[in-house]
Parts: sequence; structure tokens; C-alpha cells
Amino acid sequence: MKAGRKILVNVIVIVLCALFLFPIYLVIVNSFKNRSELYENIMALPSKLSFEYYGNAMEKMDFLRSFGNSLIVTIVSILFIVLFASMTAWMLVRSNNFFSKLIFNLLVATMLIPFQTLMMPLMQEMGWVRDTLHIPMLDTLGGLIYMNIGFGASMAVFLYHGFVKSVPVSLEEAAQIDGCSKLGIFFKIVFPMLKPTTVTVAILDVIWIWNDYLLPSLALSSKANRTIPLSTAAFFGQFTIQWNMAMAGLTLTIIPVIIFYLCAQKYIIKGVAAGAVK
Amino acid sequence: MTKKNKKLKNFGWYALFVFPLLFIFATVVLIPFLIGVGYSFFSWDGLPLNPKTFVGISNFTKLFSDSRFLSSAVHTVIFTLVAIVTINVLGLGFALVVTTKLKVRNLARTMLFMPYLIGGLILGYIWKFIVGDAFAAIGEATGWGGIFTNWLLDGKLALAAMVVVATWQMAGYIMIIYITGIQAIPDDVIEAAQVDGAGFWQTLLKIKFPLLMPSFTICLFMTLSNCLKIFDVNLSLTGGGPQNATEMFAMNIYNEIFSLNNYGYGQAKAIVFFLVVALVTLVQVSITKKREVEM
Repeated sequence: MKAGRKILVNVIVIVLCALFLFPIYLVIVNSFKNRSELYENIMALPSKLSFEYYGNAMEKMDFLRSFGNSLIVTIVSILFIVLFASMTAWMLVRSNNFFSKLIFNLLVATMLIPFQTLMMPLMQEMGWVRDTLHIPMLDTLGGLIYMNIGFGASMAVFLYHGFVKSVPVSLEEAAQIDGCSKLGIFFKIVFPMLKPTTVTVAILDVIWIWNDYLLPSLALSSKANRTIPLSTAAFFGQFTIQWNMAMAGLTLTIIPVIIFYLCAQKYIIKGVAAGAVK
Repeated sequence: MTKKNKKLKNFGWYALFVFPLLFIFATVVLIPFLIGVGYSFFSWDGLPLNPKTFVGISNFTKLFSDSRFLSSAVHTVIFTLVAIVTINVLGLGFALVVTTKLKVRNLARTMLFMPYLIGGLILGYIWKFIVGDAFAAIGEATGWGGIFTNWLLDGKLALAAMVVVATWQMAGYIMIIYITGIQAIPDDVIEAAQVDGAGFWQTLLKIKFPLLMPSFTICLFMTLSNCLKIFDVNLSLTGGGPQNATEMFAMNIYNEIFSLNNYGYGQAKAIVFFLVVALVTLVQVSITKKREVEM
């Protein structure tokens, strides 16, 4: 009897979890239905699998292009954030002087500033840089990556700073006596040891940058530069009445996220937990 | 090597490691923040050729008679208070379930966390379909028009929809933090309580909850600051409507600057927004920190 009850509890939990994900089911099934079928019964499975709307949605969203843009922006931003933040954090911990403390506290204090407080002056400043110094900061992927690095800096330095403090300095001193330069020490000895934090930083930043909407919407204007959230928003604005088409578009944007999640699930959950608790 | 030379060399290394990040950070965060404080004392419509007029603190005094701004503040407060409760109750409940010895606990955790990864904008669009047209269609088919109507056409229901979506997004994330806290409670403490005859509820309320105070601090901080700053879901789900009934703080600032072109006044709001977010979250952390017990 007891074993039977156990199975029942397990089944109930999974059914409730499945209900929790019911909205995703609705999006997927309705992306295959035609208009009359959709309004007849929203919850039913589609009578046939037609990929008609997917083809249309992919074309109208310019999906592959914006997927590529999102990929470039996310990967390059994170490479730079990881590189610069780990270098900075290591130096700040190892040379514990007045400036190091000042810089660290400044980085941490600014974590409380909401993006809305910075968006307008930031765009003014970047516009000025473009017009006066002729560096194309606006409407370029490079400009967006630059701004991402700036916004990601605080959190990344904060996480690395906490980890570097727990790394014993003796190994570095030994390498220094052997004649290793600071760059050599950092890249050969320190950086590999920071791997757990690097994974955390990368995971948190993937979630943030991949889904970020407001900054890209202000920084990018031409259609060719759109990232996934931007093309979804533009597409959705156009097809709100045509739900099946809109649902096909949403399914397209969700699929890469789910694949990424299933592949890197262990790291994602660990990374998110580590990032929040510190 | 002389001492001075060595000092210079050390400084060179310091600059090489710290300067790239510090330069980018300064140009993206610090300088805009300072410029932003300056803008908040001016009146300007955003067009480069038009003059910026210094108006002192009148942008800030104007805030108190701006009914659209004040009602956006009210929406944000109501939304935040309700959402904090629903997110934390659900998140903690999930965490308690997936830390039991159930066979399906890992699968359950995987499923519950999934919405968080999809991102606010997309989530808002998904739910716009569900609580909008889908609900209306279900209502017509079943005749349960009371619940199944288009929620987005009614101010109060649209605000409720915001809470539902925010909860759906954040509960799995908050669950992860509570799981970490629950797993940090030593088994022997729980066992000792059970040997002493404590039941399920007693163990939960008298042992687990006090030891979870650090997790409460983090979770409240996360939900509080995320809810106060909510924008993406607001934009994609309701767009602030109907008739601005769900316009939150962040969206009000966005509209003031980029739709109404009141750059100076909008920036003054943005500065006030920063002060409110910073103050509220710092006060909350200091209050809950006091209630943490030492192990």
C-alpha cells in the first residue's frame, strides 16, 4: 500500500509540473493550426502538422539573421566580460590599496542603478561619440557589445573578487620567483583556477544578454542588426491578429533556449544558484 | 632595478589589468549617470538644435502633481507587494517539494525552472495570447465568462495578469535559491527535532524557517528589485494599457522620455526611480539581515 501511495505522489507532482508548463504547450499546438481550427478549440492537438506558418514566420522575422546577430553579441560580449573582469578582480584583490578598494566599492554600488536611469544619457553620450569622434557606437553590433561589457562589469568583478580571495597566493609567488611575468601568472595559473566562477558569470550573462530587449532596442535601429528579442517584438507587433503565425514565431524563439537548457542544465542551475547567493 | 623603476613597473601592470574594464565601465555607467543627474535640472525636448533651459528643481516638484506618474507608482507598489508574496510562496513551496526524497524531484526541478530562461518579453507575448484571445475563446465555448474573458481589456484583471506572468517567470528562479538554503540545513538538526517529537509543521515552522532567514533575505531582495524595475513583461503583455491602468514606474519613465519627448523631466523621474529602488532594497536587506540566526 505504501509503495502505491509513493507512486501516486510522484505522479501528482509531475502532472502539476506539466500543468505549470501548459502555456508552452498552448503556444506549440496553436502554431500548427489554421485560423478556424484555432478558435474552435484552443487546447486541442492540431489535426495535421503543417509547417506553413513556420516558413512564413522565419522569413518575415529574418530569423537566421537575427539568430546570428544574437549569437555574435552574446558570445563576444561574454568573452570580453570574462577576460576583463577576471583580470580586474585579480589585480584588485592582489594589490589591496586605496584605489583597489575605491574601484571595487564603486563597481558594487552602481549595481543598484536601474537601466532606465542611464538609458537616455547613455544614448546621448554614444550619439556624441559617433558624431564627434566618428566611432560608430550606435546601430552597430560592436557598439552594443561595448555597452554590454560596461553593464556586465560590476556583477562579474563582484563574483570573481569573492572567488579570488579564497585562492591561496603561494602558488603565484612561486611562479614569480621562477621568473614568470604577471600576464604569465594570470593566464597560466590563476585563470584556469577561476573556472567555476567563469561558468557562473557566463551562464548569468547568457540569460541576460540573449533575452535583453531595452538596450538593443535603443542602440540598434536598422533591420539587419536586429537580435532575436527585437525581431520577435517587431514581428509580433505586425501579426497580433494572426495568432497562429505569431505562435510559430514564438516557438522558433523558444526552441534554441530549451535546447541550450537541456544541454547545459546542470551548469545553469548551479550557476544561477551561485550567482544569487553571493 | 631601482625602487622607483619597480614602482613604475608595478603601476604599469596594475593599469594593464584594471584599465580596460574601468574605462568601459566609466563610459557606459558612471558618465551617463552623472550626465543624467545634470539633465534632470533642465527642460529639453531631445532635439539637438533646441535649447536646454535650466529649470532648477522644478522637474522634481512637478512630479508630485503628475497624476499619471503617481498612478504608475501606485500600480508598481500594488503589483510588487502582491507579486512578492505569490513568487515567494510558490518558489518556497516548489523548493520544499523538490528537496524531498521523491523519485521525480530532478525532473520536477528542471520543468519548474524553465520559464525563467525564456525571458520577460517572450513570456509576455505568450501570456498575451492566453489571457487575451484564448481566454475569451474558452469563455465563449464553456460559458464561464466570469473568469474566462479577455483579461487585458480590464484594468484590474490586466494588473492581475502581470502578477501571474511575473510569478510564472520568477518562481522557478526563487525556488533555486531556496533549494540551496534548504540543502544547507544539516540533517542532524532535523533528525534531532523529529526525535524530540516535532511533527511536519513544527519542523517546518520552528526549525527550517528560522534557518532559512538568509535565503529569505536574498529572495526578497531579488523579487523586490526585479518587480520594482519590471519593464519587458509590462511592454509585451499589456503595453501599459488599458488606458494606462497597468503602466509601471519603468514604463512611465520610458514613455515620458521617448514618446512624449520630455527628456529633462523624464530624466528627473529616472533619478527618483533610482533613489526609490536603492532605498527600498537597502532598507529591506538591513531589516531581514537582523532576523537571521547564527548557526
